Amino acid sequence: MAHEVPVKRYRGLMDWLTTVDHKKIGILYLIAGGFFFLVGGFEALLIRIQLWKPMNDFVGADNYNELLTMHGTTMIFLAAMPMLFALMNAIVPLQIGARDVAFPFVNALGFWTFFFGGLLLNLSWFTGGAPDAGWTSYLPLAGPTYNLDHGVDYYVIGLQIAGIGTLIGGINFLVTIINMRAPGMTFMRMPMFTWTAFITSALILFAFPALTVGLVALMFDRLFQANFFEAAGGGNAVLWEHIFWIFGHPEVYILILPAFGVISEVVSTFSRKRLFGYSTMVFATVLIGFLGFMVWVHHMFTTGLGPVANALFSIATMLIAVPTGIKIFNWIFTLWGGSIRFTTANLFAVGFVPTFVMGGVTGVMLAAAPADFQYHDSYFVVAHFHYVIVGGLILGIFAGLHYWWPKMFGRMLSERLGKLTFWTFFIGFHLTFFVQHFLGLLGMPRRVYTYLDGYDFNELNLISTIGAFLMAFGTICFLVNIVVSFRKPADAADDPWEDGRTLEWSIPSPAPEYNFAQTPLVRGYDALWKEKMEGHGTMSPAEPAGPIHMPSPSILPLLMSVGLFISGLGFMYADNDWPNPFFSQLFGTHIVAVLGLAVTLGCMLIRSLKDDPGFHIDPEEPQLKGVKA
Amino acid sequence: MSAHPHPEGKLPHEPERATLEGRNKVLGFWLFLGGETVLFGTLFSTFLALRGQVGEGNPTSHELFNLAMVAVATLILLTSSLTSVFAIQAMHKERVKAMIGWLIVTVVFGLLFLGLEIYEFAEYAAEGHRFSTSAFSSSFYTLVGFHGAHVAFGVIWISILVGQIVKKGLTVVTAPKIYVAGMYWHFIDVVWVFIFTVVYLMGKVG
Ligand code: HEM
Ligand SMILES: [Cu+2]
Repeated sequence: MAHEVPVKRYRGLMDWLTTVDHKKIGILYLIAGGFFFLVGGFEALLIRIQLWKPMNDFVGADNYNELLTMHGTTMIFLAAMPMLFALMNAIVPLQIGARDVAFPFVNALGFWTFFFGGLLLNLSWFTGGAPDAGWTSYLPLAGPTYNLDHGVDYYVIGLQIAGIGTLIGGINFLVTIINMRAPGMTFMRMPMFTWTAFITSALILFAFPALTVGLVALMFDRLFQANFFEAAGGGNAVLWEHIFWIFGHPEVYILILPAFGVISEVVSTFSRKRLFGYSTMVFATVLIGFLGFMVWVHHMFTTGLGPVANALFSIATMLIAVPTGIKIFNWIFTLWGGSIRFTTANLFAVGFVPTFVMGGVTGVMLAAAPADFQYHDSYFVVAHFHYVIVGGLILGIFAGLHYWWPKMFGRMLSERLGKLTFWTFFIGFHLTFFVQHFLGLLGMPRRVYTYLDGYDFNELNLISTIGAFLMAFGTICFLVNIVVSFRKPADAADDPWEDGRTLEWSIPSPAPEYNFAQTPLVRGYDALWKEKMEGHGTMSPAEPAGPIHMPSPSILPLLMSVGLFISGLGFMYADNDWPNPFFSQLFGTHIVAVLGLAVTLGCMLIRSLKDDPGFHIDPEEPQLKGVKA
Repeated sequence: MSAHPHPEGKLPHEPERATLEGRNKVLGFWLFLGGETVLFGTLFSTFLALRGQVGEGNPTSHELFNLAMVAVATLILLTSSLTSVFAIQAMHKERVKAMIGWLIVTVVFGLLFLGLEIYEFAEYAAEGHRFSTSAFSSSFYTLVGFHGAHVAFGVIWISILVGQIVKKGLTVVTAPKIYVAGMYWHFIDVVWVFIFTVVYLMGKVG
C-alpha cells in the first residue's frame, strides 16, 4: 500500500452506472431482467388474448408473428438468463467465501452489453417492425429472400451484443470459482448452487461461440449478400438448424441447471437437513452438462436426417432422464423426514419438483423419434418446454428470489403476499399449459395466429388464456411485495431463516461491499451449519484483519456497450434508402458502424493503458455497511 | 529463494503468476481460448459443409489456390510463434530489451503475413471469387478472414503492450499481459495450421 491513489467514488445514479461490485451488478441484472420479464409477459398476454377464441382478429397475423418471436427471444435471452445471472452474481462469491469476483470490470461489461443488446432488440418495435421469424429464426424464412424489413437484423445484431455479455460473464464465474474459493472450500464442499453456476458457466463457454458464428453468418447473408443459408448460392438452410441447436439445446441446460441449484439450497435449508446425495448431485450435474451437448438433433427429427441419426439422438436424449431422475429423488429424500417449513421460497421449490417432472416426462415422449413426427410443431411441444422453462426455471428463480431477498436487499419479503404470489402463479401456470398438451394431441399447430371453430380447440384455449391472466396476477403480487418491502427498514438478520447452512448467511444482510471482513476458514460441507452444530455459531477467520483491496468503479463498460449499440445500428442501416442526401451521406455508408466500434475499441485502449490500482477499505469503517439499494 | 538467474532480483520467478490478478488473467484467458476453439470449430464445420458449393463458372478451390504463396505465409506465421516464445523466455530472464525486440519482430512478421493475405484475397477476387459469389466463397472468406482479423487484432495489441512496457517497465502488472498476448499469438498460429491443412491442402489435393 505504498502509493495510495485517491479513487473517485460516485453516489446516486452514477454509482450504479459505474459500479463493479458483483452484488450491485446482480441487482442491475435483476432490475433489467425483471423488466424484460414483464415485457415478455405482456407479449404473452397479447398472444393469449389473440387466441382466446377462434378466428379472432385482435392483433392480426403480422403482429402475431412479431409478438411470438419477441416473446420467446425476450424470455430466454433477456429475462431468464439475466435473472439467473442476478442470483449468481449476488450469491456465488458469497457462497465460496470470496471478497470479489475474478474480473469485476469484465463483469460490469457483461451486464451492460446484455442490457444494450436487449435494448437494441426491443428498439425494433419502434423502427418499423420487430423480428418475426420465430425465436429460432429458421432459414429460409429469416433470410433476405423472404424477410425484407429490418426485423431479423435486430435479432442477429441484438443477440450478438447480448451474447458477448453472457460469454464473458461465464468466464468470470469459472475463474472466480476455480481461483477464489476461501481456504478449506474444496470443490466437494461447494454448495450446490455454486456447483450448478460452475457447470452452467462451462456450458455457456462452449455453447455461445457456436451461436455467435450462426448469427454472424446470418448477418452476413442479410447485410453483405453472403450465401451461407441461401439455396440459390449453394447455401444450406439445414446448416442453420444444426448450428442453432448445437447452441440451443445446451442453452436449455444453461437455464435449468442454476434453477436445480436453487432448489437444492432451498429444499435443504427448509428441511433442516443436509442435501441428500450431495456427491451424486454433483455427478448428475456434470453428466447433464456433458449430455446436453450430445442431443441437439432431437430438435430436427422431422428435418429428414434419416433413421440412424434419429435413433442415435433419440437414445442419447433419453439418457438425460437418468441424471435428472437422480436429482429428483435426491430432493425428495432431502425433504423426507425433514422438519419442513413451508416458507414461500420452499413452496416454490416443492412446487417445482412435480412440475418439472411432468416437463421431463413429455420430453422423453418427444425424444421418441417416431412419436415426435406426431407431436412436432404442435402445442404439445409448447406445453413441454413451458413446463420445463416456466415450471422449472421460473419457479426456481422465484424460489431463489424469495430465499435470498434478505441477503440481497436486507429486507424480508412478506410471507402472506409471497404465498398469494405462489398460489396464483402456480395454479395459473398449470391452467395455462396443462391443457396445451391436449391441444397439441388434438392437432393444434404452434405458431399460427388463429384457428377455426369446430375443432374442439375453443374451450381449451379459453382456459389457457384465463390461466395466463392468473399468472400475470401472481407476478403483480410479487411486484407489490417488493414495493411493500422497500417501505420497511433494511434490518434483516444475518441469518434471517435461522437455518442457513452456507457461507452467505454468516455475514450481514445485505452483504457489505467487501463481503467478508476476514476471509472465513471452511472446515466442511455446509460450512456455517457445521460451525453452528459444533457450537461456534460463526465462521472462524482464516487471516488477520487488515485493509481490504477493492477495484475502482468505471464508466467504461457502459460506454463500450453504447459503442456496440451504435455500431449495430450503423451496420443495419448502412444501405437503407434515406429520405434526403444528408442522411444518406451520414448513415448510408459504414461511417456510423465504424464510429461505434471506434468508441468501443477506444475504451478498451484506455482500459489497457490506465492501471487500476483500486483502493483500500478498513473493515472497521462503520459507514460501509452493505449495498445501498 | 530459488537460484534463478535474475541478478536484479526484483521480480518473482514467474511474474505473470505472482499475483492473484495475474493468475486470474492467465486462467481466464485459457478459458477464453476454449471458447475461441468452439468458434473456429464451428467456422471450420461450416466451411467443410459448404466448400463444394461453387456456382457455375466460378473458380473452385483447386483452380484458385496459390499454394506457394500460402506456404510462405505459413512459414512467416510459424516463425512469429517462435519469436514470441523467445520474447516470453526473455521476460522470464528479465531481459526487458531483448523481450521488446522479440515482440517487435513478432509484430513485423504478423504484418508481413497480413500483407500477403490481403494480396491473396485481392487476387482471388480478381478471378471472380468474391465474398458473395457462392456459399464456398462466403465460408472461405469468413473463416480465413476471421483468422486474419485475429492476426490484425494481435498485431495492434502487442504493439500497444510494447509501448506500455517501454513506459512502465516489466512489473507484476504488465507481465501477465505479455504472457497472455503470447498465448493468444500461439493460438492463432495453431488455428492457421488447421486452415492451411483443411482449407488449402485439402482444397488443392483432396
Ligand atoms: C428429460 C429432459 C428433456 C427431454 C428428454 C427433452 C426433449 C425435447 C425434445 C425431443 C424436443 C423437441 C420437440 C420438437 O420440436 O418436436 C424438445 C423441445 C424443447 N425443449 Fe426439451 N427436453 C428435456 C428437457 C428440457 C429442459 C430442461 C428445457 C429447458 C429448461 C427444455 C426446453 C425445450 C424447448 C425450449 C423446446 C422447444 C424448442 C423449440 O422452440 O422448438 N427441455 N425437448
Ligand atoms: Cu433439446
